[in-house]
Amino acid sequence: MILTSRLAALFSLLLLLLPASAQAQVETHHLSNGLEIVVIPDHRAPVVTHMVWYRIGAADEPAGKSGIAHYLEHLMFKGTDEIPEGQFSQIVAANGGTDNAFTSYDYTAYFQRIAADRLPLVMQMEADRMTDLIISEEVWVPERAVILEERRSRVASNPSAIMSEQRNAALYLNHPYGTPIIGWEHEMSSLTRQDALDFYARYYAPNNAILIVAGDVTLDEVVALAEENFGPLPPSDTIHARVRPQEPVAVAARRLTYEDPRVQQPYVMRSYLAQERDAGAQEDAAALTILAQLLGGGPTSVLNRALVVEQEIAVSAGAFYNGTSLDSTSFGIYAVPAANIELSQAEAALDIALEQFMLDGPDEQHLERIKVQVRAAEIFARDSQEGLARAFGAALTSGLTVQDVLNWPAALEAVTTQDVMRVAEQVLDLRQSVTAELRGLAPTEAFQ
Amino acid sequence: MIRYILSALIAFTPIAAMCQTDIEEIVTPGGTTFWLATEPTIPIVSMEIIFRGGAGVDPADRPGAVTMMAGLLNEGAGDMTALEYAAASEELAARISFDAGRDTLTVSASMLREVRTDVAELVRLAVQEPRFDPDAISRVRSQLLSVTRSNRTDPSELAREALFSIAFPDHAYSRGTDGTPPSIAVMTIEDLQAAHHAAISRDRAYISVVGDISADEAAELVDHVMVGIPSSDTPLPGDMPVHLRGGVHVVDLPGTQSRALFGHQGLQRDDPDFMAAYVMNHILGGGGFSSRLTEEIREKRGLTYGISTFMASLSHGPLFLGSVASANDTIAETIELVRREWVRMAEGGVTEQELDEAKRYLTGAYPLRFDTNAKIADILVGVQEAELGIDYTQRRNSLIEAVTVDDIARVAARLLQSDDLTVVVVGQPQGLTTTVSALN
Repeated sequence: MILTSRLAALFSLLLLLLPASAQAQVETHHLSNGLEIVVIPDHRAPVVTHMVWYRIGAADEPAGKSGIAHYLEHLMFKGTDEIPEGQFSQIVAANGGTDNAFTSYDYTAYFQRIAADRLPLVMQMEADRMTDLIISEEVWVPERAVILEERRSRVASNPSAIMSEQRNAALYLNHPYGTPIIGWEHEMSSLTRQDALDFYARYYAPNNAILIVAGDVTLDEVVALAEENFGPLPPSDTIHARVRPQEPVAVAARRLTYEDPRVQQPYVMRSYLAQERDAGAQEDAAALTILAQLLGGGPTSVLNRALVVEQEIAVSAGAFYNGTSLDSTSFGIYAVPAANIELSQAEAALDIALEQFMLDGPDEQHLERIKVQVRAAEIFARDSQEGLARAFGAALTSGLTVQDVLNWPAALEAVTTQDVMRVAEQVLDLRQSVTAELRGLAPTEAFQ
Repeated sequence: MIRYILSALIAFTPIAAMCQTDIEEIVTPGGTTFWLATEPTIPIVSMEIIFRGGAGVDPADRPGAVTMMAGLLNEGAGDMTALEYAAASEELAARISFDAGRDTLTVSASMLREVRTDVAELVRLAVQEPRFDPDAISRVRSQLLSVTRSNRTDPSELAREALFSIAFPDHAYSRGTDGTPPSIAVMTIEDLQAAHHAAISRDRAYISVVGDISADEAAELVDHVMVGIPSSDTPLPGDMPVHLRGGVHVVDLPGTQSRALFGHQGLQRDDPDFMAAYVMNHILGGGGFSSRLTEEIREKRGLTYGISTFMASLSHGPLFLGSVASANDTIAETIELVRREWVRMAEGGVTEQELDEAKRYLTGAYPLRFDTNAKIADILVGVQEAELGIDYTQRRNSLIEAVTVDDIARVAARLLQSDDLTVVVVGQPQGLTTTVSALN
């Protein structure tokens, strides 16, 4: 089980396979300016997790401006007409809180974790920067250098991340999910303050945001504070339905190889375009989630059993799928070959294991063990107020409703063998796939 | 609005219940001591066990033995093969993991309350009756060889390995925890059994249980896992002075960015000035977006995405370390700025305002760490292992409050020795060359 640590950190998507939440109490409200409110009470400790999620992400960026959503996220900490430059996080910290933000394809979210009696303060600050951000001439150039360093740290220093960017770019022929969230370097380096201000003016408004508070609070308290702080903000009339360029019917399997002298452990990974969760229609996504678990969700999964345990040709093998996405997502499989095993041999073993699975179908006991874990995950999920808040935020910014989130565990529970085989037939179609190889250089040139 | 924000700042009062968790020390019928925090809201239980020793008990010619052994604990135990054990664990939705560090081996288990006895049996089997079947050894050897190969081009791993080799020549710390391809390749079942015997000792265990469980139920769980584990007869590594005396060491790795790991001697956890140093570290480079190093290097100049410093409380040779990554052509400037801040803090200490803000953050954020059962269990074993006392979580904020600017000036002058500041740079830095002799 060694590989669950460093080498496999790149496959951390596996941990997202069974997010749950249904047993959480959750209450909702809307302000008249369109702000959506979700409250998840948790009275175990006098702390809150306060989040504002915007329905705007990297996949909503104008062409040629890749990285602007994430760059703006950084600039959102600079200051407002009320908060002096550089003081946003300082004020949160001096009140004993922590804060941060994150950007994805479908959302940008900001959060603080802080003592419950500080909720009015952080909500006031978050409401302030929804419309009154100031980006001075002094800060935007150094901050652009910071995101370029972030790209060097996250991507350029990591051959797996470089390969992952290339794989996504090849998978999505038309949809912006093919462009990296952090941006392409050549476009990031020409982003400007004005680009950030334009993006901000167009998309940051109460009718494009969701306020999520988890912790030692009640809905009434949150609504009263939200009315006071966000209530006066006018809705924007530039918020439109999120229609992105969609994928054409895929007709050609794609392959790519990325070689890098730093690669000491090659591997092969294949992504297939896959159905995402849709509001009121999560059945296929639930079946794909269970399929990923069956194929690659742990030591007893089909791929691990075949490639790692029985044939001993891989040190790790598995599958991954995350259905929480506004548009088409992907379903992935991978194999990390043991020493002296060719990538082609590992890939062939993956394909044979998949073919065998299509003939045999899932082992019923295995399916039942996965259901046990689904049920347990709902209970474990209640232990983390931040985790619950994130599950709701990601879903609500991906076109789902609170009810969809609440129904998700039941949708997983209802998945049958027939459902699994039906979605497996649909998704495991090479024509809608990219097979990517990560390789080092030939042994004689390999980095010592 | 800013007036409101500033007045809120001034009106700040520490959170009354800094850590509401009540902690009990319990001695089981079997004679094992553990700490319990009951939290009945959710029907789950977390248990964490730390065994002192970790990779420190690896034989000098078998680095990685404890890590490889830990990787095999759940690969077959009792009368179950690896797959049978995994299936049993999945049927219970048990979350069991093992982690070998430089000084400790950690066992973590989270479980539903209703199946806690069955999960405890799985933990007992893994800890007490691992099988070390030949096929499992072969599989984990293959995995660990993959990890050690990958370490050879991982910037952080390379930096750590180089700095620890300089800091602790010939000590267990110089050898890392994952082993080397040659040592993993030759590891025998006897080596693994010896590592199991050396690393899992009842008298070196620290245990916590957190969750929906009574004292008697928890004692039963602890005894089930612990009774039968022998006491130690393998010596732990000795204490060692830290051999970091300045200079720059460059490790070549292709790429556009260089990663630097820097530092020197730190303070023992029981040093009277440890808390003052902890607060000083927060102001220098420890605290999220608000440290001096973040301000100077990230905010003002955009030279990095992240820089941080930390107190590495190793049992046998404490270090004070920091880490940063910057483009190859700006890493030299970045390191120069780090040196400048080192000197500035050593000579000038901190202002009252900086100290005040640091205290507000550190005392306010402490309770935020207690937000899941598993995290509380982790904190409680850590407090035991560091021998800080069962009332530590209640006292901790008052220890922070008691630190003065004079305390910080004193500890900064003592701790921050810019002449000793040793820097390892992994990458292809411009304007930097190795200024210390090659390793070993």
